[in-house]
Amino acid sequence: MNWQAMKSIYVFEMVRTFRTLWQSVVSPVISTSLYFVVFGAAIGSRIDEVEGVTYGAFIVPGLIMLTVLVQSISNASFGIYFPKFIGTIYELLSAPVNILEIVAGYVGAAATKSFAIGLIILGTAYLFVPLDIQHPFLMLGFLMLTCLSFSLLGFIIGIWAGSFEQLQIIPLLVITPLVFLGGSFYSVSMLPPFWQTVTMFNPVLYLISGFRWAFFGTADVPVALSLLAIAAFTVICIGVIWLIFRTGWRIKN
Amino acid sequence: MSVMLSVRDLSKTYGSGHEALKSVSLDIEEGEIIALLGPNGAGKTTLISTICGITTPSGGSVTVGGHDIITDYRPARRLIGLVPQEVSLEPFEKVINTVSFSRGLFGKPRDDAHIERTLRQLSLWDKRNAQIKELSGGMKRRVLIAKALSHEPRILFLDEPTAGVDVELRKGMWETVSGLKADGVTIILTTHYIEEAEAIADRVGIISKGQILLVEEKSALMKRMGKKTMRIDLQSPISALPEALGDRGLEIEDDGHSLLYTYDTAATRTGITTLLQALSDAGITLRDIHTNQNSLEDIFVELVKDGA
Repeated sequence: MNWQAMKSIYVFEMVRTFRTLWQSVVSPVISTSLYFVVFGAAIGSRIDEVEGVTYGAFIVPGLIMLTVLVQSISNASFGIYFPKFIGTIYELLSAPVNILEIVAGYVGAAATKSFAIGLIILGTAYLFVPLDIQHPFLMLGFLMLTCLSFSLLGFIIGIWAGSFEQLQIIPLLVITPLVFLGGSFYSVSMLPPFWQTVTMFNPVLYLISGFRWAFFGTADVPVALSLLAIAAFTVICIGVIWLIFRTGWRIKN
Repeated sequence: MSVMLSVRDLSKTYGSGHEALKSVSLDIEEGEIIALLGPNGAGKTTLISTICGITTPSGGSVTVGGHDIITDYRPARRLIGLVPQEVSLEPFEKVINTVSFSRGLFGKPRDDAHIERTLRQLSLWDKRNAQIKELSGGMKRRVLIAKALSHEPRILFLDEPTAGVDVELRKGMWETVSGLKADGVTIILTTHYIEEAEAIADRVGIISKGQILLVEEKSALMKRMGKKTMRIDLQSPISALPEALGDRGLEIEDDGHSLLYTYDTAATRTGITTLLQALSDAGITLRDIHTNQNSLEDIFVELVKDGA
């Protein structure tokens, strides 16, 4: 293993994060705070408890997921797309590194950044609502797995993208709607039966449900199913990345 | 000297069907500078990209320092430094960070002393904390070289390193290359500029349409293929050659004020002595004589034309 290369990629990407600290951390915190103000305080104060949890607290896992999913994809996709865009990918392709080392460096950095943002948002949530996390370690584990798997997806998107606009397409047009419709702001049990069935086809539901279970002990789907879904998603992403490097798709001439 | 790079029957056909390399074979010895000359689209960059791992070969094999670039790619790539044709750098990164990153990427532990030495050698030390976007074009080119040298490679590929740079910088680059050769680094250089090959290369390879037309010692090449011309300025102009000089291949130039004689330097007899005697016998008075050696450029153009 070329540990030195992995470390170099990881550190290089993390340094970029600190260089753009404002966009990286402050922006998601501000936007999440706004969600708390609007949904938690303004609208939430008029809503009764949902499944035994105050509405302001109920939306915390969904809000963290919303930011973490978008950030994971954005960070990882930008991390690999930018070298492609400016041409520095030549260095990566000519270095004595294998797929695992490249992915570990880029995805590791993207996941670390998203994980940190998730924790910052959690800290911000404490400023607005009282929270009593029932399974704190599982919550952290769930958050970490989510950051990792969606950073893998972001890495794939970064390789696929041919322009900066394409980088934004998946987070904006796919992930954000799926998070909103995956029970971020409501329990699936609040929907009519038909829409409950439709929602079951939304993969993000399983993430939010599992994450919410770690917070409050209640879930829309069994927690084992949530873990299985995220594990399957991670394996699929790893498989696709392996295939990309094997064929050189979109990265080699 | 041992062979540092061995290319055997290397071929590359792109998805479009374009055959960029056609069974290229080449051996490069340790410590030499070889210049690959060729027109646009000849396959120079594809050859380098394939050796360095950026492009997947369609056939053939390459070893670097005895290591196969596919089956034993890690040690092979550790020996290679690549300076690409395009100035590809992270604009917001500091010079020292981007150079240190390259070293780490190639698996070498941090070595501040080596990075400082490399940056000083390339006159970049004063700019170590500058962002890449603040540098001039010439400095950016030097940063690319510093990145390629950061992991102490034994073989350096310079893909048109002086394309689009001014004369002063080009000469500075040649000095850098000569310094690297003195350190024992093997250098493979592709260029459009014949004078570049003429100035710094030990051997010259000519590549056209994906094939290596020849690889030869620069001096031997020029000796073998070099023709010389002798321009004879006349005291009084002539309108036609005297009959006695008709079969000597002389050309009348400058409205009869000069005669041009082309001869082969490798021939046993150049014919100069008898020509001068014949001119004297014909009563032609000479004012001056100049000789001119054909450049590599002339040889290159001739070879590429013949290979077409």
